[in-house]
Amino acid sequence: MYLYDDFDRTLVDERIDEFRDQVARRLSGELTEEQFKPLRLMNGVYLQLHAYMLRIAIPYGTLSSEQMRMLAHIARRYDRNYGHFTTRQNLQFNWIKLEDLPDVMADLGRAGLHGMQTSGNCVRNITTDQWAGVAPDEIEDPRIWAEILRQHSTLHPEFSFLPRKFKIAITAASHDRAAVRVHDIGLRLHRNGAGETGFEVMVGGGLGRTPFIGKTIKAFLPKRDLLSYVEAILRVYNQYGRRDNIYKARIKILVHDLGAEAFAKEVDAEWQVIKDGALALDPAHAADITARFRYPEYERLDDNPEELRKARSSNRRFATWLDNSIANHKVSGYAIVTLSLKPEGGPPGDATAEQMESIAALAGRYSFGEIRVGHEQNLVLPHVAQRDLPTLWEKLETIGVATPNVGLVSDIIACPGLDYCSLANTRSIPIAQELTRRFRNLDVAHDLGRLHINISGCINACGHHHVGHIGILGVEKNGEEFFQITLGGRADEQAELGALLGPAVPYAEVADVIEDVVAAYVELRERPNELFIETVNRVGVEPFKERVYATR
Amino acid sequence: MTSPLQQKLKIAGPVVVTANRLGDGVVVYRTADNGWSTQIGAAAIATTVPAATELLHAAIADDISAVGAYIAPVEVDAGRIQPGNMRERIRLQGPTFDLPAIFGI
Repeated sequence: MYLYDDFDRTLVDERIDEFRDQVARRLSGELTEEQFKPLRLMNGVYLQLHAYMLRIAIPYGTLSSEQMRMLAHIARRYDRNYGHFTTRQNLQFNWIKLEDLPDVMADLGRAGLHGMQTSGNCVRNITTDQWAGVAPDEIEDPRIWAEILRQHSTLHPEFSFLPRKFKIAITAASHDRAAVRVHDIGLRLHRNGAGETGFEVMVGGGLGRTPFIGKTIKAFLPKRDLLSYVEAILRVYNQYGRRDNIYKARIKILVHDLGAEAFAKEVDAEWQVIKDGALALDPAHAADITARFRYPEYERLDDNPEELRKARSSNRRFATWLDNSIANHKVSGYAIVTLSLKPEGGPPGDATAEQMESIAALAGRYSFGEIRVGHEQNLVLPHVAQRDLPTLWEKLETIGVATPNVGLVSDIIACPGLDYCSLANTRSIPIAQELTRRFRNLDVAHDLGRLHINISGCINACGHHHVGHIGILGVEKNGEEFFQITLGGRADEQAELGALLGPAVPYAEVADVIEDVVAAYVELRERPNELFIETVNRVGVEPFKERVYATR
Repeated sequence: MTSPLQQKLKIAGPVVVTANRLGDGVVVYRTADNGWSTQIGAAAIATTVPAATELLHAAIADDISAVGAYIAPVEVDAGRIQPGNMRERIRLQGPTFDLPAIFGI
């Protein structure tokens, strides 16, 4: 966990007071909606179909038990007893009342939580690998750099009115779990030939109506230069990014129009002016921030202890969960546990207040009081002793978050869609729910192997459909819900955009089409362990298209 | 985004003006007596562009009661007013699935 200091607490407290005053002035009529809207958006308050929606920042997806308990409290006291974890590692409440919001913010503030920069044309919550700090394949904890960037970008006056929103993601692992190549800036910590650690800097990635994979403009950036280089990118974007057309305002359009090389030259020219100034990172400053991250005092434990071996051999369901939801930890005797928020028939990413409270307690008991949120809309207990896994599993089962479907066909990413969102054209969640029912047989799901389905209810692509192995995009045709299917997308280190399967299909046929696609994969795969994405890469979309549209 | 007042109105049938109540965001409908109701059945119906525009202008001017006013299609069957499309049905009736809290644990 990162320990906030007085500066952070004061900043949050001042914002709460300011927002309370703003809400009071709006409710009294002193402020018009036109005046108030940008103020509420600066605090993550949107107006959706049925109600106000509050988006709460979870920096780099790390939550303490105390913070999770506070989210449960908010859900219970001010909302409808649940919250929604998003693809940006945030949490949204869908039924918040404006008149309650000052008290909600005050409660959140007591736990070091807020909604700042979860909306608006600023640098948004910086996301990272949900296994940061514990993944065996990472070279260091990327959250330290996310925190440095968070501090630098929070309320940064020069970057509070960018042409459009701006998203940064960081990974430090060989396998990219943070989807860095589809962010405005993607940062990959790696070692150069001399063994020094620095960043590969990618820019111009993004989804939405014009998707692009980010381009590398700096293969190796020394750590001392991180802030100055990111600042240079933002300055170039702030100066040249389009403000005349909201659909062309993201940095990806600028990078595409200028070309990555020309864009990099502009950045470099700006960077040369500032790189040795105040933004050159003082190692003492970085060390101070590093020191404020508290890591557990792990016991010296062996891997695969007897309690675990016994439970595995005596309980098949436990063994299935173990094989699916547990990942290796960098410390021997410990494990990373993923909690599936994708039960059969459930809305992806939703958790009830009771679940949040139980997870907070279990994290306190078994994970040193720490929880992570992943962009796949699942939760993680990052520091669980392997000997505790059998007991923990039983408790997770009782609260419905131990479905062993992590990374499988029913672990679906879905945006809120037309059931909540004022931008959506179609529903997403009911499609996801139906697919989890169609693929409820976990033996079948395990046989299919890793298969990511991503669903977006409109072209804004909050469900990241472009990078789903199977992507589903809702479009409206003559007032009816239709869905375009794409195949072959991926969000990892080999990021690709999916290719269109064929004409859009009506709502009622989507689940049948996905079943056909999956059946085609089973027939087409070369060997039992050839993954769906590998089969699509090998044979292309055409054989799937023939199968799906032959009878339609 | 174009302001609702600047949008060129096209009306193919009966419409109402709907918005969200300021204090709690609840869906409301503009009534004939220049108020707001949570009941779509109490909504003022317009069938012409001038009538709809007048209703919308008055609703937007009432900035203290409701926000985000816009014109929405409805169907009127034997005097009973129903939402005219999926979006408006969801706004009136809520999400099309059971909310998570109802699942229980």
